[in-house]
Amino acid sequence: MPVTLKPLESYRDDFTFRNSPEAIARFPFPFPEDQYMYSVNIEPATPGAPGSIYEHWFDIDEHYRSETTERAKVLQKDPQRCIVMPHMHEACWDTLEVIMTHLAADYPELFRLTRDGDQWTWENHVQDIRQSFTFGDADTLPYEPLEYIGRQVQGDFALLDQRDNDLFMDAGIVTGPADWSLAFDAGMSFKQWHSPVPMAHELGVFDRALKYLLNIQVDRPVRRLNWTMTINPRLDTSSETFHEWGRERGMVTPENVGRLVHLRVELQFMARLARSNALMFSIRTYLISLEELVTNPAWAQRLHRVLRDLPQALADYKGLSRYRQTVVDWLRQYDPEAAA
Amino acid sequence: MNPLLDVEVKTIRQLTPLVREFTFAAVDGKLPRFSAGSHVQVHLPVPGRALRNAYSLLGDPSEPSSYRIAVRLQDDSRGGSRFLHEQVKEGDRLQLSPPANLFAPSSQARHHVLVAGGIGITPFLAYIAELERRGASFELHYACRGGLTDAYRAELAERLGERFHAYDAAAGRRLDLGEALAERPLGSHVYVCGPQALIDDVRETAARLGWADKRVHWEAFAAAEPGSPFVAELASSGKRIEVPGDTSLLEALEQAGVEVPNLCRGGVCGQCTTPFLKGEVEHRDSYLSEEERTTALMPCVSRGRCGSTLTLDL
Repeated sequence: MPVTLKPLESYRDDFTFRNSPEAIARFPFPFPEDQYMYSVNIEPATPGAPGSIYEHWFDIDEHYRSETTERAKVLQKDPQRCIVMPHMHEACWDTLEVIMTHLAADYPELFRLTRDGDQWTWENHVQDIRQSFTFGDADTLPYEPLEYIGRQVQGDFALLDQRDNDLFMDAGIVTGPADWSLAFDAGMSFKQWHSPVPMAHELGVFDRALKYLLNIQVDRPVRRLNWTMTINPRLDTSSETFHEWGRERGMVTPENVGRLVHLRVELQFMARLARSNALMFSIRTYLISLEELVTNPAWAQRLHRVLRDLPQALADYKGLSRYRQTVVDWLRQYDPEAAA
Repeated sequence: MNPLLDVEVKTIRQLTPLVREFTFAAVDGKLPRFSAGSHVQVHLPVPGRALRNAYSLLGDPSEPSSYRIAVRLQDDSRGGSRFLHEQVKEGDRLQLSPPANLFAPSSQARHHVLVAGGIGITPFLAYIAELERRGASFELHYACRGGLTDAYRAELAERLGERFHAYDAAAGRRLDLGEALAERPLGSHVYVCGPQALIDDVRETAARLGWADKRVHWEAFAAAEPGSPFVAELASSGKRIEVPGDTSLLEALEQAGVEVPNLCRGGVCGQCTTPFLKGEVEHRDSYLSEEERTTALMPCVSRGRCGSTLTLDL
């Protein structure tokens, strides 16, 4: 079923981003229970139902134009959102290859790849691109390969070098992180970049997750969901731009909460890269306003309970504390048990 | 589980009386790319058995149109290497598990010291292609026995020149690790693949000479070794599985239709770790801690004690 792409909307300034009913229906609501706690919720990334966000390795949805335009804006202001350490070039070519092959196979109406040995031609019908290049020769592309393909796909990408039984964030293109920074985390080990996360270390979550990730094999990817909340449909909530979005947490009122507050869900997808043995960690972000979310009564009820009972340390870490009560109060009307 | 790769044996070369090289091509489609240091599991249709042996891929990783492995005939073979040497012919079809890598070159090394013992040369053939392509600095030390376990020696000597050092035990030349590892530039990494004694020797010598642990890498090509027969019992179903002496517990489970995740089949990667509830275990892995061994075992190499019953939490 071909994707219908929406015209350009914005993730900044006037925030015209909205979800269609179809996009709401396929939104990855992340809570299997009324309570949330950290777990190693990693599962094999087997292909999901047609039309679902799990159908393909790289989900292209109605927001494709807006998201790639947003990425170009961020990169123009801050080129440090794409970082490639010298030993990661192979992993970047690996990434370009998996993204191009999967997009061309999964969305033939949007992308096309022709390969003749190392002479490749890539076509992106949405962005009106037809690029012939030599695979492995960065001089034949207008950008370094990770940035080149990163500008044409939704979601952020971190490339992790595997050594010393650990993973190191040594390359990436990250323009829409949930309150972190690639430039800050670059070069860090798995536990170093996760060190700000409360409670999970004590639960042994990271020991188990790391062990699992180190053993991911080629063509046997895994995935998990993570979540937080964001004020306005703002993709770029990077540490670098905190001064632009941090203060918005103080703007939530009972009147605007449904429109302003968004549930932000990340589909994290991890795949072994064949030639470099690096691990590709992709983070595909889905935003939904509470107004849109409560069109699904079961989600509304469950989100009310999850947020109401969320441990304070987690609420603090996710940056929800200033407006959590306002959200819970507003969601209560959708929880028959609590509202009664 | 991943679908297996269907391959055809394109060519077989007898490199020495003990070492045979096999080249595999995809029956249809393409073979997945791989990284230097990767191995595949070869599924061997030994009659009445379900053997899977792990072998390093020794071709050039940038040209993945075919896979190559080299197999040494093992004296105490449980049937795998003997089957490959005596039964498999050109044109035969086999199945491989997709490549996995437990022995990748470090991205941080400024100089790579490769130490091979006998058939342990195999992963380094892929290393050499990769390191040459990167323009990386490296040297290869090859301890072998001339005419028996010195596969690829002549072509390596020609290809690598001064970077190649062969130690032919038949000619009385011994690898002096104290010399090979002494006073190496900071940023050197050493990689060893070969018999356990050689691996131990490299690790001990490196430690004595002050090498940091993270600059010392090894891959044992240990496969399961035979033992005594015992019985495995599955706690969930009560099912009893006889494990003959020449079959590993993992193989016996697989034959009984119980799939256990696994990568190395040699006791090093930890993937197949399985909890047990009762019984005496002969631990043969090099992965689990003493504490972990009180409740779990790695069925790819470890076994129940002779004649006993081992109850697995499966």
